[in-house]
Amino acid sequence: MKVLVTIKRVIDYSVKVRVKRDGSGIDFSGVKMSLNPFDEIAVEEAIRQKEKGKASEIVVVSIGEKDCQETLRAALALGADRAIHVKTSLETQPLGVAKVLKVLVEREKPELVILGKQAIDDDCNQTGQMLSALLNWPQGTFVSKLEVMKDKIRVVREVDGGLETLDMPLPAIVTTDLRLNEPRYATLPNIMKAKQKPLEEISAISLNVDLTPHLKTLHVKEPPKRKAGVKVKTVDELLDKLQKEAKVF
Amino acid sequence: MALLLIAEHTQNTLTPGTLATLTAAQSFSMPIHMVLFGKDCQKVAEKARSFKNVKKVLKVENPLLEHMVAEVATPTLMELAKDYDYILASSSTYGKNLLPRLAALLNVAQISDVVEIQGKDIFLRPIYAGNALAMVKSEDAIKILTIRATAFEKALPDLSKAAIETYAFKPPMGAVSTFVKMEESRSERPELTAASTVVSGGRGFQSKEKFALLEELADVLGAAIGASRAAVDAGFVPNDFQVGQTGKIVAPDLYIAIGISGAIQHLAGMKDSKVIVAINKDPEAPIFQVADYGLVGDLFVLLPELITKAKEILRRNKEKQ
Repeated sequence: MKVLVTIKRVIDYSVKVRVKRDGSGIDFSGVKMSLNPFDEIAVEEAIRQKEKGKASEIVVVSIGEKDCQETLRAALALGADRAIHVKTSLETQPLGVAKVLKVLVEREKPELVILGKQAIDDDCNQTGQMLSALLNWPQGTFVSKLEVMKDKIRVVREVDGGLETLDMPLPAIVTTDLRLNEPRYATLPNIMKAKQKPLEEISAISLNVDLTPHLKTLHVKEPPKRKAGVKVKTVDELLDKLQKEAKVF
Repeated sequence: MALLLIAEHTQNTLTPGTLATLTAAQSFSMPIHMVLFGKDCQKVAEKARSFKNVKKVLKVENPLLEHMVAEVATPTLMELAKDYDYILASSSTYGKNLLPRLAALLNVAQISDVVEIQGKDIFLRPIYAGNALAMVKSEDAIKILTIRATAFEKALPDLSKAAIETYAFKPPMGAVSTFVKMEESRSERPELTAASTVVSGGRGFQSKEKFALLEELADVLGAAIGASRAAVDAGFVPNDFQVGQTGKIVAPDLYIAIGISGAIQHLAGMKDSKVIVAINKDPEAPIFQVADYGLVGDLFVLLPELITKAKEILRRNKEKQ
């Protein structure tokens, strides 16, 4: 079973993002960039399926500027076999990305595509569902358990009311939730080996896909700040304030 | 001009998220058509018909729709979608699972987690776990939005009686997922995203057994129970208790965070609560930066005291009434 895994380069989850003073966007200067955590889980899942003998080849894909290749190398160091970089300088939005992925799926013919459920920059949570619709393949979103069976997969989804189990015929689309697995760290020998693994660069234009953003960001601002609160010394003082000031009791 | 609202329901009632989405929908001042998917939707349709601006309630009924599988509902939604300028659903796992599919097939963007409608094509939405708010303009003819439930009041029913119609189910072409089972986390407590008080626990509770202490406080206050990701990962509580960027977004009148340090991802899920109380042994914990009232100390000492005293106050309040 060939597995395609998608990857987005985002501001590292531990960085507190800053909004540019002129409100034009987020300040990226000097900020650490990383593999989107949900995509890291997707890569890890593909590797585990390969270790179990279920997956044969793992192809990782990223769409964006040249520096995406650094993130693809990180995925290769974790254990992916091959990488594809679709180069574009346009802002990547879920619809355009899903269209590019559709073309790549038709070319690569994987049986399973694993995507992170959302990127932690735009928090959209859309690309997997869009790709599934465009390909007319079954979709299992927010997956916390994945079992590869003979000619299908069984997934457990984290939904609002609890856990939902679905059986999905292959080929299929899966998007990862946090508890699917805990990603490994790349070892130094694997980081070295990753430099030799194949990385193909394709221009988005050559794929003949329209990446024009459908959404225009007019302005970015910081959310209203909460006023600094007070420290109370005792439970009595807390309850007193909750009754008299906050009036929630 | 008309708006289609894809309503999530429990067969009996509309979910709180759907009621909040209804409020967002009403702000467009145009006729609202609500579509209900399920095996039998008559009961909930009777309730759905009585809201301001709701002009039609469409039932799509089929045994295949007893449990929502996105691929199964998509063809019917595509038939419907063509007649609308706006398509809205709550940004619950239900809405998030469905709407991007429609958007892709209609070749339009989907706008996630809208917290403010600023114009007919301008919307405000959080990005970076709510650390920034982006004002976005849609360039598409059809606007497909998921609505963040905590940002809108829940709509109240009125005396209107919209028509209830049946809309034909269009079966899917091609391979689809099949529903196997649902493990519901049952609780007698209010639903997390709808509760007016939420008490949340984190890693500070140390074990599943000790986390149960929080239940007593929840019982006293009639609160829902939430948890940090660390508490869920440690197995103290099921996944759907998680409050945060990738869990549930809550904004109750009172949020009490106990033994939660306050990672950015957790704050993203609760910082719009009206009053925040934090109890933590670390005076430097980031949770204190958003808390209105902070209490530093050992939760295993403070929590039992809080339970006893809160119980006493509530008993006295009751006597006064």
